[in-house]
Amino acid sequence: MLRFFHQLASPRHFYRISGKLIPWLALACLVFTLTGVYQGLVVAPTDYQQGDSYRIMFIHVPAAWMSLFIYMVMAAAGVIGLVWHIKLAEIVAISSAHIGASFTFLALITGSIWGKPMWGTWWVWDARLTSELILLFLYLGVIALYNAVEDRRTAARATSILALVGVVNIPIIHYSVEWWNTLHQGPTVTKFDAPSIDLRMLIPLLLMAVAFKIFYAVVLLLRARVEVLQRERNSAWVQELVKEHE
Amino acid sequence: MNPVRRKRLILIGLMVAGVAVAVGFALNAFNQNLMFFYSPSEVVGGKAPVDHPFRLGGLVTTGSVQRMSNGLTTRFAVTDNTQTVTIEYTGILPDLFREGQGIVAHGKLNENGVFVADEVLAKHDENYMPPEVAAALEKSHKEATGQGGTTP
Repeated sequence: MLRFFHQLASPRHFYRISGKLIPWLALACLVFTLTGVYQGLVVAPTDYQQGDSYRIMFIHVPAAWMSLFIYMVMAAAGVIGLVWHIKLAEIVAISSAHIGASFTFLALITGSIWGKPMWGTWWVWDARLTSELILLFLYLGVIALYNAVEDRRTAARATSILALVGVVNIPIIHYSVEWWNTLHQGPTVTKFDAPSIDLRMLIPLLLMAVAFKIFYAVVLLLRARVEVLQRERNSAWVQELVKEHE
Repeated sequence: MNPVRRKRLILIGLMVAGVAVAVGFALNAFNQNLMFFYSPSEVVGGKAPVDHPFRLGGLVTTGSVQRMSNGLTTRFAVTDNTQTVTIEYTGILPDLFREGQGIVAHGKLNENGVFVADEVLAKHDENYMPPEVAAALEKSHKEATGQGGTTP
C-alpha cells in the first residue's frame, strides 16, 4: 500500500496511472451530473416559500462546498510540498488553485442571482458573503504569486505559504453565519441535528456534490498532467513519450 | 521523521497558529462592526446608534402589517420574541416578505422610536420543504396549541 503511494508520487508513475483513471472518472462525473440534474429539476418538489427559484442551490451549494474543500486540499498539498519537498504535491497545490477560484466565482455569482429576487439585493457586505469574496481573492493571489516567480520550485514554496496563511479564512466562512448576524441563512445540511430539508431535495443536492467532487478530480488530474510534462520536459521518460507520439 | 522535516512541520504549525490567533483577536475587536444587523432588544436597550443609519433585523410580528392610505407605505413591527420595534417603509417589499418572516431593514430611528427604513431585505431561513409538508406542519402545530394559530 505504502509502496503504491510512493510510486504514485513519482511524476512518471503519476502520469501513467492518471491517464488510465481519467476516462472512468469522467464517465462517473457524467452519470452523477445527469442523475443530479434530473432529480433536481424534475423529481424534487417546489419549495413552500421560494417556489422554483430555490433550485439554483443545486449548483450554488455544491460550488460553495467545493470552494472550501479545494482550498483545504491545496493547503494540505502545500504542507506536504513544504515539508517533504514532493514535487507532485506542489503540482497538485497549484493545479487546484484555478479550479478553486472558478468554483468560488460560481458560488458568488449563483448566490447573487438568487439573492436579487429572494432577499431583494444582489450583494450585501455581511460576514458570509464578504469572507467568501476574500476566499476568491486568496485563490487569485495564489495564482498571481505563482506566475510572478520565475523558478517553479521557489514559486511553489511561496504560494504554499500564502495558501497556508489563508487557511484561517476557512473556519471563518463556515461559522460566519453562526458567529455573527448575517443576511445569509444558517447551515441546512452540515449541522449536527437532522438536515432541515426534504429528502427529495436533499438527494439531488448530494448527487450534485458528488458530481462536483469527481469533476474536480478529473480537471485536477488533467491540469497536473500538463504541469508534470512541462516540468519534466528534459527527462528521459518524457522524451520517450514524445518520440512515441511523433 | 527526520529532524529537518520535523522542524519544517513545526515551523508551519507555528505560523498557522500565529495567524489564527492574530485574526481571532482582530475579529474579536471588530465584533460589533461585523454584525450585519441589530436585534430589536439591542435597539430598545439603546445599543444601536441614534444619530446615523443602521440595520435592524427580526421577525415580522403576525398581524402587525398595515398599509398606509397612500398605498406605498407599509408599517409593521419586528420582534426577536423579547422586544418589538415598529418599522415604517415606503417602497416595494421583496417576494419573501410576509408575517412571521425574518427581515433586515436599513434606516434610522426617528424621535418617536419608529424605525424609518429606506431598504427592506428578506432573510431566508435554512428550511426547505414542499408546500404540502409546510401545510401539514402548520396543521399539526395548530392542533398541538389547540387554537386558530395566531401565535407563531
